[in-house]
Amino acid sequence: MLGRLGFDALPFYSAIAFGGASITVLGGLVVLLLVTYFGKWRYFWEEWLTSLDHKRIGIMYIALALVMLVRGFVDALMMRSQQAIALNSNGYLAPEHFDQVFSSHGTIMIFFMAMPFLTGLINIVVPQQIGARDVAFPFMNSISLWLTAAGAALVMVSLVIGKFSTAGWTGYPPYSGAEYSPGVGVDYWIWALLVSGVGSTMTGINFIVTILKCRAPKMRLMQMPLFTWTTLCTSILMAFAFPALTVVAAMLGLDRILGFHFFTNDAGGNMMNYANLLWIWGHPEVYILILPAFGIYSEVTATFSQKRLFGYASLVYATAAITILSFSVWLHHFFTMGSSPNVNAVFGIATMIIAVPTGVKIFDWVFTMYKGRIIFHPAMLFTIGFLVTFVLGGVSGVLLALPPADYLMHNSTFLVAHFHNVLIPGALFGYFAGFQYWFPKATGFTLNKAWGVRSFWFWIIGFYLAFMPLYALGFLGMSRRMERYDVAEWQPYLIVAAVGALSVLIGIFCQGMQLYVSIRDRNKNIDVTGDPYNGRTLEWQTSSPPAEYNFAKIPDVQEIDAFWDMKQRGVAYAPASDYEDIHLPRNTGVGVILGGLGFLIGFAVTWYIWWLVVLCVLGVAACLITRASQDNTFEIIPAAEIEAHEKARSKALEEHKPAPGDFWT
Amino acid sequence: MKHLIAIPYVRATALLGLLLLLAGCSLATSPVADPKGPIAMLERDLLYAAFFIMLIVVIPVYVMVFWFIWRYRAKGGRGEYKPEWHKSNTIEFFVWSVPAVIIITLGYLVWTYSYKLDPFKKIAAPEDTINVQVVAQDWKWLFIYPDLGVASVNELAFPVDKAVSLQLTSDTVMNSFLVPALGGQIYAMAGMTSELNLRANETGRFRGRNTQYSGDGFAMQFFEAVAMTEEEFDQWVTNARAQPNPLSNAAYERLAAPSIDHGVEYFSTVQPGLFEQILRKYARRPESSLRGGHPSAITQTACEGDTLC
Amino acid sequence: MNTYTPKSAGSPGPTEETLDIRDLGFWIYLMTDAIIFSLLFATYVVMFQNTATGPVPSDVFDLEHVFAETMFLLLSSVTFGFASLASIREQKGHAICWLLVTIVFGLGFIYLEVAEFIGMIQSGAGPQTSGFLSAFFTLVGTHGAHVSLGMVGITVMIFQILIKGLTSPVKSRLHRLGMFWHFLDIVWIGIFSIVYMPGWLI
Repeated sequence: MLGRLGFDALPFYSAIAFGGASITVLGGLVVLLLVTYFGKWRYFWEEWLTSLDHKRIGIMYIALALVMLVRGFVDALMMRSQQAIALNSNGYLAPEHFDQVFSSHGTIMIFFMAMPFLTGLINIVVPQQIGARDVAFPFMNSISLWLTAAGAALVMVSLVIGKFSTAGWTGYPPYSGAEYSPGVGVDYWIWALLVSGVGSTMTGINFIVTILKCRAPKMRLMQMPLFTWTTLCTSILMAFAFPALTVVAAMLGLDRILGFHFFTNDAGGNMMNYANLLWIWGHPEVYILILPAFGIYSEVTATFSQKRLFGYASLVYATAAITILSFSVWLHHFFTMGSSPNVNAVFGIATMIIAVPTGVKIFDWVFTMYKGRIIFHPAMLFTIGFLVTFVLGGVSGVLLALPPADYLMHNSTFLVAHFHNVLIPGALFGYFAGFQYWFPKATGFTLNKAWGVRSFWFWIIGFYLAFMPLYALGFLGMSRRMERYDVAEWQPYLIVAAVGALSVLIGIFCQGMQLYVSIRDRNKNIDVTGDPYNGRTLEWQTSSPPAEYNFAKIPDVQEIDAFWDMKQRGVAYAPASDYEDIHLPRNTGVGVILGGLGFLIGFAVTWYIWWLVVLCVLGVAACLITRASQDNTFEIIPAAEIEAHEKARSKALEEHKPAPGDFWT
Repeated sequence: MKHLIAIPYVRATALLGLLLLLAGCSLATSPVADPKGPIAMLERDLLYAAFFIMLIVVIPVYVMVFWFIWRYRAKGGRGEYKPEWHKSNTIEFFVWSVPAVIIITLGYLVWTYSYKLDPFKKIAAPEDTINVQVVAQDWKWLFIYPDLGVASVNELAFPVDKAVSLQLTSDTVMNSFLVPALGGQIYAMAGMTSELNLRANETGRFRGRNTQYSGDGFAMQFFEAVAMTEEEFDQWVTNARAQPNPLSNAAYERLAAPSIDHGVEYFSTVQPGLFEQILRKYARRPESSLRGGHPSAITQTACEGDTLC
Repeated sequence: MNTYTPKSAGSPGPTEETLDIRDLGFWIYLMTDAIIFSLLFATYVVMFQNTATGPVPSDVFDLEHVFAETMFLLLSSVTFGFASLASIREQKGHAICWLLVTIVFGLGFIYLEVAEFIGMIQSGAGPQTSGFLSAFFTLVGTHGAHVSLGMVGITVMIFQILIKGLTSPVKSRLHRLGMFWHFLDIVWIGIFSIVYMPGWLI
């Protein structure tokens, strides 16, 4: 009846597993109880869970990302503390715990922290940046969100019921095959990836079409803001790279569950094919994570240097070049697999070529600051921290792209330091910058600056302390993923790295305080104008938070930095009279239901509960057929209501006098 | 705002400097920075050369970032303010061409060094080479000396003036073989052979290990690569032959069972064809086509892509 | 959050512009699906010699059988084309008839494919036998699953035409389903020329 699910799946076998499970369960219960206590179920369901409004979907994505950031960071803290004490000792984590921790850390940070974070920012901002009222496929957007949440839920559930994968976030077979990893862990991992991967593919399709088809009619491609450009490139990568992940995860699943021989040692399996397929997705994935952050840096640098972006065309071409090249470098993840020198050299050179457009971008941001008036908003601090730190990651990346040098450093902590060095300053700092930057747009009030500055300093100092020692440890011959070691000279470095992790912990605490203080004082920090930084792009033309329809009138775009240009021409807030009805999609709960079914399918396959799988697949079919047979899924906002709303906003704008503390004064 | 910038920056820089200084001291003698063999030496030199070439871009970035944020800061900055300045063909020319030239230079290095340091390339004449067949197991390394008829576990001994030609496979999950002080690194995969050719310049014991996560015993899956004089090596072989411990099929099965932190072990004789037998366990094709016309696995070269070895 | 929530009356359908946008989205979806198939093809090409102790391609492929499958699928594409033409000409009855014929051909194809699979599994050439057969069953099976989904789609569309008539959203859906169906034909031609033909020739 319940497949291989039994009472022994509950985490009573070890104190640490039980602790983790209890915290997860208690956390979930507290949230449920609070919502029930305040009687907010109806509000959440009607206004949030079923919402097809891209801004609300974006906020939910970011909420998910922040929760998972904390979970993933707890994993990091456990690894750093274990390694700091595990010289000639077992420390407090047995191998089978430690390997679950590093597997879930990587999986969570990539799929359930970074992906939702960037997707959330894209959702909130991009339609507004291009003067659109909605994304191309609002319902699909909701499915994407709930599938991502379902994947995250599978990872979280693995804490409580059963165990998580021990095969690392890349899940290399044959180790991850049924013969060497017979438990449920790898299945949880596969299904978390499959379910959320489908969501990401759909997000990619959605934003390609949104950007190509839904722009304000006069906005040409070369007038799109940089964040929109990088989103377009990221979406292309999502749509065309994620199918590879789906394929490879499905094959591994077939190997494990039905006894196929794609990647097994015996019967003609070939694990080298796994490495190729995984990284055909995996390398573009790196750029999926980092390109939106590059877009954010572009917006933030221009706004807070109070100057037009330097080298717009260069930045666009560099982004496009990175997008295309990212599909041609995957083999550099396994130079040590024994390819011939010409194959290794070609992929090494292709990899290094990516450094050229990336270098160009760095210089363009630096020259954007040149002759500007730089304001050190937390978003700008994260950007400067990125510029300074990312260069190091780029250098270590080029070093690893030299196949013979990679032979020395592959699988070492040098590699770990490298990819954290590109992904933390490169991607995560970008998301943080975007979070600080667009927070008032999404919520209607600004964030507390002091706590933001503090969080930046703890993050960046923590970053250096945590990862510079890992570069050194690579030279000292330390491999990644070791839960214990017997080399005494490694320990000082690992202690420094653990101190760095503590500093990051304080940084995360500061971010929590920033949110708390800002929400507490929200009435003092209302963003009346919707344009708190004297912004340049169209998202600052809408109110904060924007009306459901974003723009009452589709903006008339004539230049790059369309909103700045409108302000210059004095037409940014020009009153209109001839409002028209607006067509918007109606909320629907089908997305939530599909997410729930996706979760159940993953859970049921993991535990071999086949009747539930069949039931859920039928449920999915019923949902999709029903939805595909509905025509009247829209609603109309009458012109009169829009007019009333816009009049109220104009009045508020007129009454609002810029306070002396306003940003650009 | 100013105090928020300046003080932590000073502190951070001081701390970092101190850290780098400390790191530099013990790093100088690390296996990668102070290699004991010609292969690792070349690999390290390539690493350093590429690093210094890249400083051409890195240093200007640092100088400009700190200079610009100081000079053009909104409060108190003295730089000129040109809000509409956004284009300069001269700058564009340099920001595209300088990185491009650097990458072309590095590309040339990659191409030549990829051939020069191909792990499969023999680095000495057959008479100056010790052949070793390496089998990755859970969680230890078996070294078979086919020409000498002995074998050892977790100890790779060889004379210092000879090259070591390793042929690797795995009798378990994918492993990755690395001796940082001697260079290299290559995967060992079941049913396939890969090769690695190394050499030591001086006698000594160098730590080698599996770097690819493989389960519970992974952290302790290391071995000693021992470069010794010719006489010491002869003695080592004699000692191995004197062990009451032949590596028969049954002994191999016992050895292949998972064990954590396995000690050093020697085998007096090795069942002939054991290595090929391990490979054949995972044959992807019927026996007839497995060798593809090649007489012996030892003479085979690169195992690339899907080519079977 | 105190965003403005409008109260509206009535619930309209999609505009023509929305339908146009959906077409582009569907094209991109087809491209992602094409990537799935291309990777399955690549895997098959990498693995078709990995027969381990099992049969080799020429042992298991029956080209006459495959030719019949091909004919069914190609004809179903033609009949779907007639259904599309009928829908453009607003001929509701014709459209439904041609869709029914398409389903019949599709069922024929699936019947033959399932028979082939069962025959292979019974003769000891199941997907668990070797890497070659794993790759074969996954590639051809994924295509077959797509065809089956397509037939579910056709069934849904028949009911939509019956109930709603050839309204513009219905026609737009039928158009996209047609793209899907023809796409599966192209994939099948790939399977025929990369899997069955060389397997038979070798």
